[in-house]
Amino acid sequence: MGTESLSTPLWIRRCALAPIAAVALQFAFSLSAIAQTDSGRGLEIARTMKERNRGFGNTTAEMRMVLRDASGKETLRKLRTKTLEAKDDGDKVLAVFDAPADVKGTVFLGHTHRDRADDQWLYLPALKRVKRIAPANKTSPFMGSEFSYEDLASSEVEKFTYAYRGEDTLDGEPSFVIERRPVDPDSGYSRQVVWVDQVRYVELKIEFYDRRGAKLKTLTAREHRQYLGRYWRAQEARMENHQSGKSTLVRWSDIRFRQGLGEQDFLPARMARTR
Amino acid sequence: MRTIGMLALAFALSISAWAQEWRGQVSAEYRGFARTGLDPGQHRGYASLAAQPEFWVDWQGGRQSLTFTPFYRRDQYDRERTHGDVRELLWLYGGRGFELRAGIGKVFWGVTETQHLVDVVNQIDLVENPDRKEKLGQPMLGATLLTAAGNWELYALPYFRERTFPGEEGRLRTIPRVDTELEALYESPRGARHVDAAARWTRTLGAWDFGLSYFQGTNREPRLVPGIDARGQAVLLPYYGQLRQFGLEGQATVERWLLKLEAVRRSEREAASRAATAGFEYTLPRAFGSTADLGLLAEYLYDSRGQASLTPYEDDVMLGMRWSANDAQSTRLLATVVLDRRSSERAYSVEASRRLTEHATASVEARAFHGSAPGEPLFSLRRDDYAQLKLTYYF
Repeated sequence: MGTESLSTPLWIRRCALAPIAAVALQFAFSLSAIAQTDSGRGLEIARTMKERNRGFGNTTAEMRMVLRDASGKETLRKLRTKTLEAKDDGDKVLAVFDAPADVKGTVFLGHTHRDRADDQWLYLPALKRVKRIAPANKTSPFMGSEFSYEDLASSEVEKFTYAYRGEDTLDGEPSFVIERRPVDPDSGYSRQVVWVDQVRYVELKIEFYDRRGAKLKTLTAREHRQYLGRYWRAQEARMENHQSGKSTLVRWSDIRFRQGLGEQDFLPARMARTR
Repeated sequence: MRTIGMLALAFALSISAWAQEWRGQVSAEYRGFARTGLDPGQHRGYASLAAQPEFWVDWQGGRQSLTFTPFYRRDQYDRERTHGDVRELLWLYGGRGFELRAGIGKVFWGVTETQHLVDVVNQIDLVENPDRKEKLGQPMLGATLLTAAGNWELYALPYFRERTFPGEEGRLRTIPRVDTELEALYESPRGARHVDAAARWTRTLGAWDFGLSYFQGTNREPRLVPGIDARGQAVLLPYYGQLRQFGLEGQATVERWLLKLEAVRRSEREAASRAATAGFEYTLPRAFGSTADLGLLAEYLYDSRGQASLTPYEDDVMLGMRWSANDAQSTRLLATVVLDRRSSERAYSVEASRRLTEHATASVEARAFHGSAPGEPLFSLRRDDYAQLKLTYYF
């Protein structure tokens, strides 16, 4: 920022209230300076989270989702997931559906990108068809759950702008509170408030605010376990929708690291072969 | 003795490395027609049961697999719709950058909604549904190569499958009916034993997917010629000519837009022709503040053969709407209308489905055909407006 922009404009100096206005203006500038360091700190925390997860290579896991509607009725989803860490881009995710029975064998493939819209495909076993799907569906619920496609995509640092909001204690864990705003105008959220564990650098809680700024959902992650002496993964996450009264509980099991997966396992052309 | 022990151990280990799975579906459906048929032998309502189990086994760490998917349908009146088929009996070998296939299988090519011009490997199982989207299993030897310059598919298709057509008591058919009891007519003296070949190259560049394909062999789409059946009645007989077809397909996936194109150039003994389908699907996520997605579809369908075309689409426009509730029951609806630009011919279609339990779904389908004049492709379906309810159990 140049010195010119910091000097008081001429029209203010000329008027009687000039000293007050000048003070007010300078206060405003110093506020924006604080906001900037805040954004720097928020970004730094997000970077540290990504950095601590770097080098995980690839993982496989089983995922069980219990969808609960406002009246308490529950339905079950089962999937198996594979994740690949990409070198200079977002992660790649493959999910094979096991339940409900009518979608058994359906495969979802997502290539997350840092600087552009993600690529997504769906393999429909009844038709033997691999279908590329529009990235605009990122805000749509994943299999009718309270998780949208964008909630399940890897949270790349570049996809948000950040602000630091302070410290808090969550279930006895000292946490940083950061706020992130999606860069993509097609995102379903205006902002997210994230509680980050100060020791393990994992997300403990995320509050999602809808486009109109109203609180929409809260995600709480639990039972973090460490793998390979380094990488933390939650065993359970609960997403609660405050507007609809519905919730989804996800439970991961059999999380395995470094399963020898490579780029070739995440090609759309290979989806038909995935079981 | 020790060798036998080792062999037994090796065998036991290889068996334990086998993964296998049974799954499948059974369904019950009822089709009701709004009006009596043109042919007095036809009925107003048809009940039907179908089963399609699938057995799958893999070994060698998933490198090799075998899939067996038989299909059988029993229809209340239509003896042609009562039929069985091996949808899949396929051995697959998957290497690092290649795949080999042998047996009976199903292949899908293309991107558009209304019709699949480039999709020529499998024959259509027309008795299943007039939307021409069900397919018969195709005997094949196939190889796929995945390279940085795109994916290559090659198929040798050693045996031809004749299209199925509704029987005498069935609806949604031509008048007179197509007789499949009599021997079909072929251009090739080898008949159904003519070995066909198909190849396709596909590549993705960012938001763009392209494909080029080539087919040479017996045309899956028959020409229908007049004939006489064993009882001396007038029928139509399928005549399968030889076809060489070049196909082009492409899709651009840009934010809310899917832009789609399929085009073919066909060379047959009679003449050469061109056909194309081009259109888009625009998705409105979270339509009207709900969690539902609304898709708007439009396609233009062209065939240079005009009214002589073997399909009902020669200069038509399809307009449609796809609604996905994104609820726990995966409630979905697709409504389309195909309008003939040169006449008042209209084909309406509504398909909807919803999950009932972990293992069952219900689906409804209704189609109506209007405004056809004599000689137009849908004229014989003018009294065949129908609605169908189907319950499917998955295991």
